Amino acid sequence: MSNELTIHGESVVSHDVHIEHDVHHHHQSFITKYVFSQDHKMICKQFLITGIIWAIIGGLMSVVFRLQLGYPDSTFPWLEDILGKWAKGGKLTPEAYYALVTMHGTILVFFVLTGGLSGTFANFLIPLQIGARDMASPFLNMLSYWFFWMASVVMISSLFIETGPASGGWTVYPPLSALGDANLGSMSGMDFWIVGMALFVISALLGGLNYITTILNMRTKGMSMTRLPLTIWALLFTAILGVLSFPVLLSGLILLFFDRHFGTSFYLSDIFITSTQMALPNEGGSPVLFQHLFWFLGHPEVYIIILPAMGLVSEVMAINSRKPIFGYMAMVGSLFAITILAFLVWAHHMFVTGLNPFLGSVFVLLTLLIAVPSAIKVFNWLTTLWRGDLQFTPGMLFAIGFVSIFISGGLTGIFIGNSTLDIHLHDTYFMIAHFHLVMGVAAFFGMFCGVYHWFPKMFGRYMNNTMAYIHFWVTLAGAYLIFWPMHYEGLAGMPRRYMDYSGWSSFRQFGALNQFITDVAMVVFAVQLMFVFNFFYSIFKGRRVTSTNPWRANTLEWTTPIRPGHGNWPGEIPEVHRWAYDYGKDERDFIPQTEPLGSNEQHH
Amino acid sequence: MSSIFLFAILLLGFVITFQIAKASEYVGILKGEKKNLEQNNRINGFLMIVFLVLGLIGVWWCNDLFKGRILGEAASDHGQKIDQMLYITIGITGVVFFITQILLFWFSFRYQHTENRKAYYFPHNNKLELIWTVVPAIALTVLVGFGLMYWFQITGDAPKNAMEVEVTGKQFNWIFRYPGKDNVFGKKYYRNISDKDNNMLGLLWDDEHSHDDIVVSNTMYLIVGKPVKLIINSRDVIHDVGMAAFRMKMDAVPGMPTTIWFTPLFTTVEMKKKTGDPDFEYEISCDQICGRGHYSMRGEIQVVTEEEFILWRAKQQPNYTEVMKAKEPPSTPVAGKDSTAAPAAKLKLNTTSKLVAQTK
Repeated sequence: MSNELTIHGESVVSHDVHIEHDVHHHHQSFITKYVFSQDHKMICKQFLITGIIWAIIGGLMSVVFRLQLGYPDSTFPWLEDILGKWAKGGKLTPEAYYALVTMHGTILVFFVLTGGLSGTFANFLIPLQIGARDMASPFLNMLSYWFFWMASVVMISSLFIETGPASGGWTVYPPLSALGDANLGSMSGMDFWIVGMALFVISALLGGLNYITTILNMRTKGMSMTRLPLTIWALLFTAILGVLSFPVLLSGLILLFFDRHFGTSFYLSDIFITSTQMALPNEGGSPVLFQHLFWFLGHPEVYIIILPAMGLVSEVMAINSRKPIFGYMAMVGSLFAITILAFLVWAHHMFVTGLNPFLGSVFVLLTLLIAVPSAIKVFNWLTTLWRGDLQFTPGMLFAIGFVSIFISGGLTGIFIGNSTLDIHLHDTYFMIAHFHLVMGVAAFFGMFCGVYHWFPKMFGRYMNNTMAYIHFWVTLAGAYLIFWPMHYEGLAGMPRRYMDYSGWSSFRQFGALNQFITDVAMVVFAVQLMFVFNFFYSIFKGRRVTSTNPWRANTLEWTTPIRPGHGNWPGEIPEVHRWAYDYGKDERDFIPQTEPLGSNEQHH
Repeated sequence: MSSIFLFAILLLGFVITFQIAKASEYVGILKGEKKNLEQNNRINGFLMIVFLVLGLIGVWWCNDLFKGRILGEAASDHGQKIDQMLYITIGITGVVFFITQILLFWFSFRYQHTENRKAYYFPHNNKLELIWTVVPAIALTVLVGFGLMYWFQITGDAPKNAMEVEVTGKQFNWIFRYPGKDNVFGKKYYRNISDKDNNMLGLLWDDEHSHDDIVVSNTMYLIVGKPVKLIINSRDVIHDVGMAAFRMKMDAVPGMPTTIWFTPLFTTVEMKKKTGDPDFEYEISCDQICGRGHYSMRGEIQVVTEEEFILWRAKQQPNYTEVMKAKEPPSTPVAGKDSTAAPAAKLKLNTTSKLVAQTK
């Protein structure tokens, strides 16, 4: 037990932990503390853990369909044990394959990288970093989680119904998603999907409105907008994006619901179903209308995913370079530019849908404009590292990894944002590689960066470093090994969402590569499970945090006790006197935001 | 059995990793936080440069391995423009990729924490920021300029002499219609569709123009060197006519015809030689998810010489003839056969002579 003592015996130092009890005396039952909690820190943990569970489910789905892609001729009897009729004889049916692909996308995009990422860090960091005791409305905040939870329940239930979950792709384009006769997953599975997403939108709106209100109104004394850490700026823009675009998705889904059940023809026209040999009565609708409505959310959605990651990375990178983030105002400006442009580029997903070519050309211009603020951010991150004093904490490693992945995935956006190239690359593996890197893996890197960095604040303990380092290097290498070769498949025109390429003379040359990608994907997935283990193990058994400010950071969350209670600061809320990035200034390692400006101190 | 074995190995590997991780944490504490941090920093800083070097070698190696299996020569005039655009883009983004990635990992290695290092307080520099706003903007203007130039050429109107083919997607195959000798597509209406009667597109027989329309499934014939305009439809859900060898792609949307045009540059036979692959075929892949059979929704394109095309078309019966033949009551088999065969033969003859006349 001497080892245990070494690890846990130092808790004596942390007696300031208990001060919190003097402030908040109200008794909390298990229910009010852990279940229907209105404490933003607990809601953050609820979002995070729900997100982790979703990520395991969504990730496992990708492993299963990757098995089909890598080993199209093999059978896996254990699949039948799990999936029953969906994998007769150990081989996925096409319906099951498409259901898995669809749910993988839905889960990862919405439930993990939107709910799990901005839900977690907006809840955790906004009050702590702006100096507020809680959100503007803790009650709405709680509702936001529970709507997310209900959305999760509905979505997970859809996996168990007779006809299976939605299977028309995560973009659920009608008519496929509207016609049960054309697609098994478009029977009740699609209704579950629509209801689940409606609940999710409500959750996103409740959360987003709360975040915006809190940031604008509840900043502590001295915390002007230009003194906010970049995390808060990023989360603010994320919330604005969500509030303005999610309702459009909801309206699109409501019309889809009407088409499915009430005989309207918003999206349906001139349809003859082969399987039933029936012509539908609907005329005059336009499937392209749905695509406009969907991508009016769908495009901002990718920024809803990546902006929080950018914010987390900027903050962690500055702290661990012991240097201010380079070009703070440019960073804020580029976030703002990305937010505005996010609303003006949706039709670049639709270059080959018969969109008017002139309209397409406008969207090309606006789309490629996004590369400018993105480039500014990348160069600013690079300059932040330049002549720094880099501390490779796990959070810092993931921040550096984020920049690498973001560059690789971002540059290919210049290919497909250009309509001429999109003609060839649209809906191929090039596209898969692009968005998985730039918003999938990159956002995950941002999330890991945030989890490793703020874990001590969340749980008062550290995560295990060795496992974190293994996690980082395997994930970084794995991400490139999986997605880099996919660009080549895409350049050959290999379409996405195929479960078997052996019948195609144009695409079957990649059999060995597909197998390789599957093998790497399994290794990477196993390593993510190790992260999950590290996460839960460390909550209970991790090395204890012994100082309030273990990373020597400037922001306000590190002025709270090691395990802050509801209300965050035991005494007065601290006042802010400077921006968040005074690292390495005037021969001092760091100057917290709470420290008044010295008389002869240079202004940044 | 083997899967249980595999699982056991995996579990064992994990337990070992976990034990090492735990032990190293204890060692770290015993050594002291500062020393531990320095050691971790050295290891990870070294790995940064290792990753950079291995990554660059990997990029080169991956390219070497796959470059022969991707593009080949584009088989259409538009495809060649798209390839050109692709090379311009690869050039510009490639430079940015290598510069930024090398800087990123080099900085990480170079500026890792050491005993005497002091971070340089450098909050902003307007000149630098202006440079990396303006330079990307100029590079992107170039890309947008080239891109839109090609885009308008590709999506512009088809030449007057282009031949027209109507492509219709359905779950899960392709139907092609040629306008026949009058060069006009007959009218159609989706409620008239009847697979049973072989009227797959719902042609309206009241319209005389439909009587000579040729309807075939699965394989489309095109003439080498002759521009072709595809009029794309869908019978049920959204499909997509993807032709990787031509670098062309367009959605098939129910209720909303779309068009693309291009000029095939090489016949199928020439491509077999060019690629050195005797199995080469021009394929149409459905590129928009359309249901359970999406991955097998394959069409073929035979690009042939004009003579071969005329010969092929002469062998086709108009859809009208096929439908009427099917509708003929089977009660008088002998007479029925004769009565339809005769007009059909006449019609065929007619078509052939007309076609030959046209090409002359």
